[in-house]
Amino acid sequence: MSIECRLKTVRPNFSLDVDLSISLKGITAIFGPSGSGKTTLLRALAGLEKNNGYLKVGKAIWENESHFLPTHLRSIGYVFQEPSLFQHLSVRGNIEYGYKRSKISNQSIMDKAIELLQIDHLLNRNAAKLSGGESQRVAIARALSSAPEILMMDEPLASLGEGQKKEILPFLELLHIELDVPIIYVTHSVDEVAYLADQLILLDKGKVLASGEITEMLTRLDLTLSHGERAASLIQAIVGEYDDNYKLTYIDFSGGQLTVPKKQLSKGDRVRIRIEARDVSLTIHQQNETSILNILPVIVDEIADEGDAQVLVKLRLGNDLLLSCITRKSAQQLDLKVGKKLYAQIKSVALLS
Amino acid sequence: MLNEFDLSALIVTLKLAAISTVILLLLGTPLAWWLSRTRCKLKALLEALIALPLVLPPTVLGFYLLIALGSNGPLGEISKWISGQPLAFTFAGLVVGSVIYSLPFVVQPLQNAFSSIDSRPIEVAATLGATPVDRFLTVVLPLARTGFITATVLGFAHTVGEFGVVLMIGGNIPGETQVLSIAIYDHVEALEYGNAHWLAGGLLLASFITLFIVYSLNRKFSLFKGSD
Repeated sequence: MSIECRLKTVRPNFSLDVDLSISLKGITAIFGPSGSGKTTLLRALAGLEKNNGYLKVGKAIWENESHFLPTHLRSIGYVFQEPSLFQHLSVRGNIEYGYKRSKISNQSIMDKAIELLQIDHLLNRNAAKLSGGESQRVAIARALSSAPEILMMDEPLASLGEGQKKEILPFLELLHIELDVPIIYVTHSVDEVAYLADQLILLDKGKVLASGEITEMLTRLDLTLSHGERAASLIQAIVGEYDDNYKLTYIDFSGGQLTVPKKQLSKGDRVRIRIEARDVSLTIHQQNETSILNILPVIVDEIADEGDAQVLVKLRLGNDLLLSCITRKSAQQLDLKVGKKLYAQIKSVALLS
Repeated sequence: MLNEFDLSALIVTLKLAAISTVILLLLGTPLAWWLSRTRCKLKALLEALIALPLVLPPTVLGFYLLIALGSNGPLGEISKWISGQPLAFTFAGLVVGSVIYSLPFVVQPLQNAFSSIDSRPIEVAATLGATPVDRFLTVVLPLARTGFITATVLGFAHTVGEFGVVLMIGGNIPGETQVLSIAIYDHVEALEYGNAHWLAGGLLLASFITLFIVYSLNRKFSLFKGSD
């Protein structure tokens, strides 16, 4: 499903000027600080805001100079920040609302959504009497029940507490794996992006700064995402052998193998690994007398300043990318240059799934 | 007890109130919806016009209605063209008068109910494939339920209780335009206090019971607040 859009909105304190062409697959996150126009862009895609512009989704023109396809004719599901359940209907009534109006009327999708989100025991409850997390799960199932071509989510976790966020995240991940519906996901949380996104559209002050694969975007040194305290890279990997002797699991990826102290993983599962830039140090020679287990050969791809005293180094290992934040002094001592081969020592890795 | 005239006055009153209420709801719903959602400059003008019956003495309204509905008035002319007679002193004329007189009592609670509905559930319905009419029927109407109960009760009760306008435009024709409030007035004029008691007391009791039931059904019910 590809989206081509050129939208322009000018309001007293805000303007959105977007020219974007992206092929949706998996979860595409629209990311940016508050006030950057994320929600406005998503609402425009859904037809909830009228702009002058051009919007083509797949092969269909949704908007141009003479034509505006109203929201109810767009094959979308939309999850708002607040669950916004119909208070006058039961949970079942809410979920079936979209199903009854769907042109496809595919009951298996509705049933699957109910099953994946584990809400079958809530179906006969009053929608007004659910907890925040339950409500948002019902809202997601409702959005899916109309068998949409695209699922749009506007910060679906923002209105929830920390505990409830942790409750919903695994469901979102499951949807992503189990259902073949591309998702556009608006968020301002780096954690959610790292956890869920396959692609990223970076928005600031109403303009698209960049868009592309998540692993690329997180390590692009010209973007703010790769800078700051939480700078990190993502690696897609596959669970390998479990070492019962040391209670360690080996994880394979294009650049080699990582070792993690975790065992509830089944071999062959796809996992996402997040490695923070400050947890990666560099060395010319492979160290053997060290407590660090994860040492991998890398090639320097790009170097950029990070403040006065530090530099950020982008490293290539196999098809994957790694960030390392070291002092400028170390960089000079190691004589870092683009193309130089050395070893990355990874102090800690976070398994995201 | 009720005599023959009292009974026919009761029937005329109920018929008038029922027909007027139905027309008021049909007319008031789209009007109130438009008023609750529009940013048009005409809104204030229209709101002021609709609210006029709240402040005007009924005789003022009745006087102008009498002129409008009479043989030489615009509405009278139209009526003559359709049915051969003017609207003044007919049941149809009473309906027209009642609708105008009771309009604010229906439009205001509906408008308040609609205004208190957030646009979010309506947007949700749109994203789920509901057409504008579908959204109105399946989301707005159920959410504005209390507003509709208020509007119906007020519209009906206010039509039943109307006196001045009816007196001006309805005449006092038994079985045609003689309503309860006027029948009570006639009894009092003729010093028939017993008959007046039956009608007045009955009306008092019926009004009280109706309001009591509505308030009990919906504890949030309040006259001009509509739903929340």
